[in-house]
Amino acid sequence: MSNGTIAQVAHPGLFAANPVIIRGTGTPVVYLHGPFGQEWSGFLDDISEVHEVYAPAHPGSVDMSDLEHLDSLWDLILYYDDLFRALGLERFDLIGHSFGGMVAAEYAASFPDRVKKLVLIDAMGLWNDNHPVADHLLASSQARIAMRFHDAQSDVVLDHLKAPEDPAAAQEAHINQFMALASTSHFIHPIPERGLHKRLRRISAPTLVVWGAEDRLTPPAYADEFAALIGGARVELIKGAGHVPQLERREEATGLIGDFLA
Amino acid sequence: MKSIWFHMQGYRDLPDDFPQKYDSVWVTPPNDELCDPAMVSKYLKWNIEELELADELGFDGVGVNEHHQNAYGFPVSPNLIASILANRRSDAAIVVLGNTLPLYNPAIRVAEEFATLDCLSGGRLVAGFPVGSPMDTVGCYGLPPTEVRPRYYEAHDLIMQAWTKPGPFPFNGRFNKLRYVNPWPKPLQKPHPPVWLAGGGSIETWKFATDNNYTYSYLSFSGHLAAKNLMQGYWDQVEKAGLDDNPYRAGFAQLVVVGDTDADAEKLYLKHIQNFYAKSLHVAPHFAAPPGFQTVDSVKAALAKSAGSAFGSVTSPYDLTWADYTEKSKRVIGGSPDTVVAGLEEAIRSLRVGHLMVILQIQSMDRELTEHNTRLFAEKVMPRIRTIWDKEGYRDHWWPLGATRNSQADTSVIKVGVPA
Repeated sequence: MSNGTIAQVAHPGLFAANPVIIRGTGTPVVYLHGPFGQEWSGFLDDISEVHEVYAPAHPGSVDMSDLEHLDSLWDLILYYDDLFRALGLERFDLIGHSFGGMVAAEYAASFPDRVKKLVLIDAMGLWNDNHPVADHLLASSQARIAMRFHDAQSDVVLDHLKAPEDPAAAQEAHINQFMALASTSHFIHPIPERGLHKRLRRISAPTLVVWGAEDRLTPPAYADEFAALIGGARVELIKGAGHVPQLERREEATGLIGDFLA
Repeated sequence: MKSIWFHMQGYRDLPDDFPQKYDSVWVTPPNDELCDPAMVSKYLKWNIEELELADELGFDGVGVNEHHQNAYGFPVSPNLIASILANRRSDAAIVVLGNTLPLYNPAIRVAEEFATLDCLSGGRLVAGFPVGSPMDTVGCYGLPPTEVRPRYYEAHDLIMQAWTKPGPFPFNGRFNKLRYVNPWPKPLQKPHPPVWLAGGGSIETWKFATDNNYTYSYLSFSGHLAAKNLMQGYWDQVEKAGLDDNPYRAGFAQLVVVGDTDADAEKLYLKHIQNFYAKSLHVAPHFAAPPGFQTVDSVKAALAKSAGSAFGSVTSPYDLTWADYTEKSKRVIGGSPDTVVAGLEEAIRSLRVGHLMVILQIQSMDRELTEHNTRLFAEKVMPRIRTIWDKEGYRDHWWPLGATRNSQADTSVIKVGVPA
């Protein structure tokens, strides 16, 4: 998974250490992952060529007892504020994907002075009855794949989904995804909306909203809703990509986001 | 040995192509397509008549439970039906197994309604505290899987405090915040009605049962052969906790069909048994096992074992024969009264259970056939299994004080007259 250094970052609260993946040199960028688990992708390789990238794991995805001390999304935002301070990050760029996009937007609305630039990729956090966010938790693994990717038969997606051949490693991957889904759903099941629309106006960071034009998990209609509620935000739709455009259209995502953060 | 006539209260008419046409019997079977309120009017009356018949025929108890949004059984509030039974002049136990505690907020509602049932029935209530199925809690009622057990334990603490401490007092929980806990009434039975737990075999629930000296009932439809290891796990926990091996600490649910002969039973019931396994247990796996409902340790254990799940099977239930159900897997105990008595005694002794939740109304069985099955069981089976455990001298400490029916079977001291 990781080409970076994993730093076991001690947390000042009652939590397990967070295995933050850190790579690159330059101004700091934090990347918050989606509901399918902590990741280090080719896209983050690209970003880390000119930035120091920090990719933490959501609490509970490593030690589920962390969730006993996190009752709400607000507790989670404070968890991240503590973690960022423990990493020595004062002002930084913040990228959030999917569930991580919801957390990033909530953080940027809660602590507007800490975020230099904000990038939301196919973010959760809003709800529109005409475009319901798909239920990724109560879904078969085939249905999850269908809602995540525009073309599940493409080489990049097949490579991404390939299970490890070693049975022990395959089991570990299964457990990791189980814990990632369980711990993120702790904050959002059954509907990933907790009032963010009221708070988005507080975001002061220049914001780029990137969306897979064929996203079936969080439909592209939400890109415009985010942009309408965040003053001055810019929307970029990526054609030929689903919920994970940085995987399915890596070059395009890297180009857009890299330029924005430059 | 106590026999409880347990009603699942399912939808009896489902189309033949139901398993092919619909993803799941639970959570998402479309109500307007499948659930006709006019039919439900009929079924509800049947359900109550069947429970009342069981009461009249001398079953030790009658039982109901809680489930939501499904055709398997949709007793949305078991307390509604239980209150009708509680109002009857009877000495049978009313086993509500139970109220799904995580779904009540504030959970003081359960303390109030159970206490009301206990008062109305004259102390005949068994208070069942199940954690709830993933389908009900995570699917239908939208709880995050990781919150189900924390809500369960907190609701339990609130209810037990409400029943045993003088009110009013404050309760500051994570999910329930009440300034004035002071339910009217408190239960008639003191200190509180017997508490029964029910589950599908999670280790946490066994431990919770022995920590509190509650009974544990395994609600499975896989029969005693499949349940053996699991129930042994519970009994191991009982021993570890230093408690005695009283079989009344345990209960089991069992589909039972009785005919005049084995062949007669096959002819009458096989179709309904197949319907049950094909339709009622057609639960989509993604509803039955959402990430976070089980602990990581349980998932690892399941992966290691990779045994078949309780729900669903590889072979179509319609391809399984009478012998498959009753002899090979023994999922169903069925046949002549002699065959059923022998099968039940084997199951009861093997699992070491004192409470048998007998399921005699199965999926598509109508009112008439259900009555036939119930009468044969009451007349020709029940008297012969009632005395199991008597010789060993075990007494049921988890039976409601007001349910005095057949109490001689427990005490084996003096035969007392039982009011009709």
